[in-house]
Amino acid sequence: MIRRRLATVAVNGALLLFALLTALPLLWMISASLMPSGEAMTLPARLLPSRPTLEHYGTLFSRLDIGRTFGNTLFLASSITAVSLLCNSMAGYAFAKLRFRGRGRLFAILLATLVVPPQVTVLPLFLEIRALGLVNSFGGVIVAGIATIFGIFLIRQFALAIPDELLDAARIDGASELRIYWTIVLPALRPILITLGVFTFLSAWNDFMWPLIVLTDQSKHTLPVALANLSGEHVQDTELMMAGAVVTVLPGLLLFLALQRYYVQGILMGSVKE
Amino acid sequence: MTADLEERRGSGAERRAAWLLLSPALGAILLFFAVPLVAALFLSLTDFDIYALADTANARFVGLENYLRLLRDPLFWKVLRNTVVFVAIGVPLTLASALGGALLVNSRLAWLRGLYRTVFFSPVVTTLVAVAVVWRYLYHPRYGLINQMLGLVGLPAIDWLGNPTWATVAITVLAVWRGFGYGLVIYVAGLQAIPESLYEAAQLDGAGTWRQLREITLPLLVPTTLFVAVITTVTLFQIFAEPYVMTRGGPLYATTSITLLMYEQGFRWWNLGAAAAVAFVLFALIIAATGLQVLWRKVRKP
Repeated sequence: MIRRRLATVAVNGALLLFALLTALPLLWMISASLMPSGEAMTLPARLLPSRPTLEHYGTLFSRLDIGRTFGNTLFLASSITAVSLLCNSMAGYAFAKLRFRGRGRLFAILLATLVVPPQVTVLPLFLEIRALGLVNSFGGVIVAGIATIFGIFLIRQFALAIPDELLDAARIDGASELRIYWTIVLPALRPILITLGVFTFLSAWNDFMWPLIVLTDQSKHTLPVALANLSGEHVQDTELMMAGAVVTVLPGLLLFLALQRYYVQGILMGSVKE
Repeated sequence: MTADLEERRGSGAERRAAWLLLSPALGAILLFFAVPLVAALFLSLTDFDIYALADTANARFVGLENYLRLLRDPLFWKVLRNTVVFVAIGVPLTLASALGGALLVNSRLAWLRGLYRTVFFSPVVTTLVAVAVVWRYLYHPRYGLINQMLGLVGLPAIDWLGNPTWATVAITVLAVWRGFGYGLVIYVAGLQAIPESLYEAAQLDGAGTWRQLREITLPLLVPTTLFVAVITTVTLFQIFAEPYVMTRGGPLYATTSITLLMYEQGFRWWNLGAAAAVAFVLFALIIAATGLQVLWRKVRKP
């Protein structure tokens, strides 16, 4: 009995310590963003602001126009999410449920290209975007995210479970294939669409290299790109930089907390492809 | 054979609908993935540079010259070594923290498991650039929280980002912190898939907690470990934003990764041909590393 109690204390103590260490960077980021200038870098370190202030958030939004940057990021992440959900769900459904010649082979080829790292395609893709006149435009960022092979794969796995009888019944009733996709398949895919939507939105929101390359004009920058630039100019303004980090990190974090169940499910689905 | 028959049985309307539904995604993948993929190979065989950017006629075919030049370049070998070190330290650290955390979260004695799992996972969804900025201050030699915490237990201050060796460690630790929650979630699922009856039988045989861990849990988690190791390896090979934000590849190129080198070559100096060669070397490395891990598993399995 005593051994068991000791073990309980050890397990929960270790968990608490581990969790505190994990959360510390994010907690400190929030706390430091609320400190008056100069307070985040002191000896000994302060963990909480002496008097919480929102002045750095004020500076970000008024002087550094981060509201616009925020809007750019939100617009890009939402557009990429909407467009890719549509394209991926159509393709994923077709691979799962519609019979056509070469289906298996085409799907296998797509899966095989999952090993190609984005670094390989990024250089010619930039030249292509440039030839299309899309450098420094939101369109240039979006086209790279219209469809993803991972997304098609995820949808297909889920769509396999849609009963054929349901689709056949609709066909007998005279519904067109597009109508079946829109009125039967899409609603049935709802859970996986949420999962993939959260994935896509977060990765578009957090993406760094591609927006850094495509968007040259400061007024078009996304939060990660703007933050990387600011961190060069404002190294000394710790509290201001922490406010910028909070503005960048918080929306994604909140979205994850709200839809955590779907997100984790997606990860586990993705990991069975092995 | 049966799949082939199945595919052929589709009606005309069904086939037409399939291609219609596939066309937006396949069109985008063809145009913005397949074409660049093939073009990258050609690009790596040319001397495409800033003059070619102005007029493509200035690009010449140079065969394997870009690759040969890389092999002769000491900086490339340094960058290659740096990246391999990131992977060599980062993968074991990630596996250990993910497995350790998963065992704790999954323990029958643990309270608030859901909450802990959320805490451990939250760094995964943060913006890499933003947390790299945060960690840069945590690593500050004088005021940073990390050195002040080391000071509390009597350890000397470390010049985390100014010393070439420590800078490599610092960047790896940040990458591990951000990524281990992903492995943790997969490990928890793996642990939950192990039948409880195995542990009950072991208990009847008088096996203690450690023996159960060594002889049941760890062996049954080998496929999970392999999967997490492969994913982590691929991610760490592509490390970019961390050194870009925290050190700009310094000091003395100690933290320049392959992707950072590619970015600098391609988008700073506009040597796109040379940069494409760097990208293909990275591709080859990723294939080799993941292939080795999968092979190791196959060999070990009797």
